Amino acid sequence: MTDAGKEVLEVSNLRTYFPVRSRGVLPRTIGQVKAVDGVDLAVGPGETLGLVGESGSGKTTVARSVLMLVRPTSGSVKIEGQEITRLSQRDLAPVRRKAAMIFQDPYNALNPRHTVGGIISAPFKIQKIEPEGGVKRAVQTLMERVGLNPEHYNRYPNEFSGGQRQRIGIARAVALRPKLIVCDEPVSALDVSIQAQILNLLRDLQHEFGISYLFVAHDLAVVRQISHRVAVMYLGHMMETASRKVLYSQPLHPYTHSLLSAVPIPDPARQRERNRILLEGDLPSPINPPSGCVFRTRCFQAQERCAVEIPPLVEVAPGHKVACHFPIATVPKSVVTEHQAHELAPVEGVPVPPAGPDRVVPA
Amino acid sequence: MVGRSLREIVWARLRRDRVALICFAILVVMYLLAIVGPYLLNALGYDPYTFDRAAISNSGGQPVLPNGGIEFPKHPLGVEWGTGRDIMAQLLSGLRISLIVSTSATILTVLIGTVVGIVAGYAGGWTDQILGRLMDLVLAFPFLLIVLALSGVMTDRLTAMGVPEGNTSRVLYLILVMSLFGWPYLARIVRGQVLSLREREFVEAAVAMGAGTPRILFGEMLPNLWAPILVYTTLTLPSYIGLEAALSFLGVGVLPPDTTFGAMLANSVSYFQVVPLYLFIPGGMLVLLVVSFNLLGDSLRDALDPKAIH
Ligand SMILES: Nc1ncnc2c1ncn2[C@@H]1O[C@H](COP(=O)(O)OP(=O)(O)O)[C@@H](O)[C@H]1O
Ligand SMILES: [Mg+2]
Repeated sequence: MTDAGKEVLEVSNLRTYFPVRSRGVLPRTIGQVKAVDGVDLAVGPGETLGLVGESGSGKTTVARSVLMLVRPTSGSVKIEGQEITRLSQRDLAPVRRKAAMIFQDPYNALNPRHTVGGIISAPFKIQKIEPEGGVKRAVQTLMERVGLNPEHYNRYPNEFSGGQRQRIGIARAVALRPKLIVCDEPVSALDVSIQAQILNLLRDLQHEFGISYLFVAHDLAVVRQISHRVAVMYLGHMMETASRKVLYSQPLHPYTHSLLSAVPIPDPARQRERNRILLEGDLPSPINPPSGCVFRTRCFQAQERCAVEIPPLVEVAPGHKVACHFPIATVPKSVVTEHQAHELAPVEGVPVPPAGPDRVVPA
Repeated sequence: MVGRSLREIVWARLRRDRVALICFAILVVMYLLAIVGPYLLNALGYDPYTFDRAAISNSGGQPVLPNGGIEFPKHPLGVEWGTGRDIMAQLLSGLRISLIVSTSATILTVLIGTVVGIVAGYAGGWTDQILGRLMDLVLAFPFLLIVLALSGVMTDRLTAMGVPEGNTSRVLYLILVMSLFGWPYLARIVRGQVLSLREREFVEAAVAMGAGTPRILFGEMLPNLWAPILVYTTLTLPSYIGLEAALSFLGVGVLPPDTTFGAMLANSVSYFQVVPLYLFIPGGMLVLLVVSFNLLGDSLRDALDPKAIH
């Protein structure tokens, strides 16, 4: 996991601040939105890292920073070992063959005045790549692969449903066989039944082409279905990272606990039984984040120390990191003991095996 | 569901719009007349430059026959007071100059306005500020005054730069001033559209694929700007036809022996009491042209209405 050089994506100490400008004729910078404030993460070959957190916690900004769609303020982003934060747009062009993006809003991410064929062939055209058999053939093969009718090549996006549009976006993202795809909430705009289809498609493509995903979502149920590992983010900071199994069964951070307790359980008996930890108040402003631990203002565990000392992200077990002074070690009603849970965590350097039959697929 | 591009949707709607179809037909005929009309008339023996002394009286120069000298088939629309030149031939060569000036000026206006608008909207920051102030400046100029005042100097300057002297230079001057003062209106519209377009994720998607600025501006944004550009074009054309006529009326346009609607109208003023047709013939053409363009523009705007398309 920390075996440098083997990671497809490696982000360290990433900070992305947006200037806050005063209104008026001569705008001055009067503050900074610390959207991402010191984030570390890594995605291995063929792996999916789920990135979760409430809306406003900086997930989209991480996704955009990783692909240099917004320039990070500081920190390092490496794709297949290559540092890209200081590359010019021109020098980034070859990197953009290796790393693609799938967007949240399938209505906004496709140019309404381009045909489906035009949209999916754009990566070939822009990167000046001529696939064997021609662009049109390649595009139609892709359309078929993602579950679209290749005869709809000349249609316009407004003739497709949200799920089909997301398939168009996926075809465009995989067109050049990238090593990494950054997915920013690719299913949150879709119906639950369609979500499962799209997640399955993403997983199949991952196996077929060996793609790594940085998969952003605010929905823990969705992240659970697709991720090998999960990272929890809050107000620009990383709170906890662990393998999927460990994170869902043995969470340590109070924030992860509250997120998990907000996920509805299908079984009403268990739903009633468990203690829901409600998050109080709103997300604090990232312009003026709380001192010490950024989560302390809403944390049921918070003590004086939390206000003065920033908790570092420390590895408490192989592959399980948490940034908290008072992690919650006891997990109520867990079927997996802590010991077992960590046995399931991936061993360093070895790619996490694809999720097995315990994968949750919504009905 | 049928695959429909913007063009197909608009075409399907316009086809059901009878007014738009009639206007379109009229305009097609007008352009055809402007292009082949003069040659055709020449072949048939009509010429806008030939004096016909037999058609006017020796003493006052007034047409011999009533109604401005209408005489079939020699002078179907009459002859000019004082020269006996054929009005129909003059009308068609005037139509040609009028359409050349207004069409070229519109194309230039739309080109400048679109490019400046896209650049200002997309670049933002200082570029946008500077271009915005430039637009304000241009719009603040007393257009008519400057056009009239600079006419002589600038026409000579154009001639000195190698443009054939006389009416070619004068026509080019008209085209240039009209476009140089006209572009900011469209630039503002386009800039506003681009400001909202650049927030759309498909622009970011293009960047993520490695697209350069030209591709983003002209490959991603421009196709979404056709609707306002097209509507603006069809509404600018008639206003330029009217403007050209007004400027010719004021003496900035072409000089005799060439003529345009405006010059013909200016001439007609002196003889209106005696021969009202002198006013009604070029005036009617002008109105027909302008009204057709305006109605077509309105229909096009309705057909392109994005609210109805999505
Ligand atoms: N372009 C921007 N300019 C200024 N502030 C921004 C910008 N993008 C995001 N932010 C701010 O950064 C914070 C994190 O936003 P975002 O990354 O979109 O979070 P998430 O995707 O987790 O909902 C929010 O407070 C948001 O208002
Ligand atoms: Mg987001």
